[in-house]
Amino acid sequence: MSTPDLLYSEAEDDLRAAVRSLLTDRCPPATVLLEAESGRAHDIALWGALGAEMGTAGLMVPDKLGGQGATAREAAVVMEELGRAVAPVPYLTSAVLAAGTLLGCDTDQEPVARLLGALAEGRTVGALAVPLSTTAGAPGPPTATVRADGDGTLSGQVSGVAGAAGADVLLVPATGADGYGLYAVETAEASVTVEPLTSLDLTRPLAAVTLTGAPARRLAGPDRAAAAIGRALLTGAGLLASEQLGVAEWCLTETVRHTKERHQFGRPVGSFQALKHRMAALWLELVSARATARYAADALATDSPDTPVAVAVAQAHCAEVAVRAAEECVQLHGGIGMTWEHPAHLYLKRAKSDEIALGTPGRHRQALAGLVDLAAPTG
Amino acid sequence: MSAAGQHPAVDADELRRRVRDLLDAHPPATTAPLDFLRARFDAGLAWVHYPAGLGGLDAPRSLQAVVDAELAAAGAPDNDPRRIGIGLGMAAPTILGFGTDEQRRRLLRPLWTGEEVWCQLFSEPGAGSDLAALATRAVRDGDDWVVDGQKVWTSSAHIARWAILIARTDPDQPKHRGISYFICDMTDPGVEVRPLRQITGEAEFNEVFLTGVRIPDSRRLGEIGEGWRVAQTTLMNERVAIGGGRVPREGGMIGLVADTWRERPELRTHDLHQRLLRLWMESEAARLAGERLRQQLAVGQPGPEGSAMKLAFARLNQHISALEVELLGEEGLGYDDWTLRRPELVDFTGREAGYRYLRAKGNSIEGGTSEVLLNIIAERVLGLPPEPRTDKDVPWKDLPR
Repeated sequence: MSTPDLLYSEAEDDLRAAVRSLLTDRCPPATVLLEAESGRAHDIALWGALGAEMGTAGLMVPDKLGGQGATAREAAVVMEELGRAVAPVPYLTSAVLAAGTLLGCDTDQEPVARLLGALAEGRTVGALAVPLSTTAGAPGPPTATVRADGDGTLSGQVSGVAGAAGADVLLVPATGADGYGLYAVETAEASVTVEPLTSLDLTRPLAAVTLTGAPARRLAGPDRAAAAIGRALLTGAGLLASEQLGVAEWCLTETVRHTKERHQFGRPVGSFQALKHRMAALWLELVSARATARYAADALATDSPDTPVAVAVAQAHCAEVAVRAAEECVQLHGGIGMTWEHPAHLYLKRAKSDEIALGTPGRHRQALAGLVDLAAPTG
Repeated sequence: MSAAGQHPAVDADELRRRVRDLLDAHPPATTAPLDFLRARFDAGLAWVHYPAGLGGLDAPRSLQAVVDAELAAAGAPDNDPRRIGIGLGMAAPTILGFGTDEQRRRLLRPLWTGEEVWCQLFSEPGAGSDLAALATRAVRDGDDWVVDGQKVWTSSAHIARWAILIARTDPDQPKHRGISYFICDMTDPGVEVRPLRQITGEAEFNEVFLTGVRIPDSRRLGEIGEGWRVAQTTLMNERVAIGGGRVPREGGMIGLVADTWRERPELRTHDLHQRLLRLWMESEAARLAGERLRQQLAVGQPGPEGSAMKLAFARLNQHISALEVELLGEEGLGYDDWTLRRPELVDFTGREAGYRYLRAKGNSIEGGTSEVLLNIIAERVLGLPPEPRTDKDVPWKDLPR
């Protein structure tokens, strides 16, 4: 196994600076809150600037298919910044999960290439119609809850789909006479219902998808669909670790800033050792979280055989670090941390949802047991 | 220290050429190891970033890896960094930074080859984390200083030829300002080393009693009263000393437990499985963080992550070794040997599970307690305000003790 590169390249630093600058201008916490209360599925103007104009929607799509030809390493840097801003944009759901699934299909086929090109452009938004809680890295693809009928239509329901509301196209795993397959469905069809759910994470809302004889185009059959979905979920989980790192970084930075300024008992509260040790302990966790997230991104980018282990470690670790950072952020902000006006709750909700998204830490550790030969007791 | 730039720039190719010359002149197969090490030092290939004539070539520090790899590939003997770690990590950079030319020429070569072992006489029974509170006195008498006091937790003192020593030379000054820094000859009259038996049963550390020890003023490092500033160099280098070779997956304590888990299915329980998986994952995260730190150092971006690594390994070693004793069940009730021994090397993973469990308790105390390191991270990395201090400007003699 070659030595993984755990640092950030100059190009990655430049990409980060561009994304951060855009998000600082267009996506401050007050705007995120307003957007979340608007009932819209995501910030359409922001996604236009970030996904289409800046080109992040097609970051991992090869040039010849209309994308930027970058790798998971660059995508991870974007995810860090999106986490730092709890940005309400469909990057994970459209640019990572949907585009990633299409990349695993036969891109020589015109319908696949055309849809991939449209997603890479950022004008069309896609979503992979599986529950967000689906465990990446689990053996086998998610079980299809949708039926493919012989007449080219789909029927059935998928619950808890992130990015479905606001998507133009759904990529739906379904089974029928031809076995397990991946199908594309336009959400504009009358036979497609996308019902938004009231979600814990206001910035990445879920929806229930109901198909009643919806016209569909088959993109992959049993030979490729399962592997394509599996790889996309693994990529999503690996990159989610970087989002969690960004969430945790914001929480620590804001907590340090607040406790330096907030005075109680005649001193800044940040000078009390009991609080300092908690913030220092969080910083320690961020150091190792960054190393695991970088390793997962590098493994995905280089298609390392160690990728499943790298993703399981990164996801199990970073999920818990992000939740702890957000919980500490609320607690160390005192009463302010409990208010709707202060953005801490947006980060707590994102962190807790991310912990469940694409597999809980416990499920990833369970996957790890199989990968590194640490079997559970029998009986 | 000779300034960089006085010598022509030495690059990796030049270093490889010099390594070949060394190997040609002193074939490892037919050269006594000590002779080879001396020749390597004289060729400037000991620590390449040191000045020429003192074991180095004024080359960039990152090129040391090139030399080490070439020599390892040729099967050349190496010095024993574990046995002489205090000399390499603490004494050498301080001597280089503050010593006279004569001191550097006399001391650095046998230090590096391992002919002379060093120890450090810093900690005292009343001054551990609050090191500047030390009470060992050095009183001027003609050209000498007369030293009286007691030091503790001194590893390698029983095999050491030399020690770096800090002692109080002016009790009327506030505690940080009345300290001076010396080189102590451990063979001098008045130096008494006693084994300090620890919870493991062995005496890896020592107590050192200094009674009327005469140290010539020529063995002082830095100005009188500037000892604290000199000691900062020593301590900073102690914390940078992490690094070295890359660690493979399961390379530390977790590998021992994982192997037992694989080999002894009858010991497995569900509770232990949950905890083992979590510790395995955290060990891998810490290993990757260490690897990332090494990569940062290699490109000249040293970060504050070194103290993070020490904290992480202390915590992990304690949790993993505790799990290991529990995993062994009935066997965990036994202990390999309580005989008093005086090992030359510190070995956290040596011996058996019970030893590892007890020895790991020291990991969060030695070289800076975890609590003090957390304070340092909070204040120097995160920029949090310091706790109010009452001892800073009070003369040492007036402090409560």
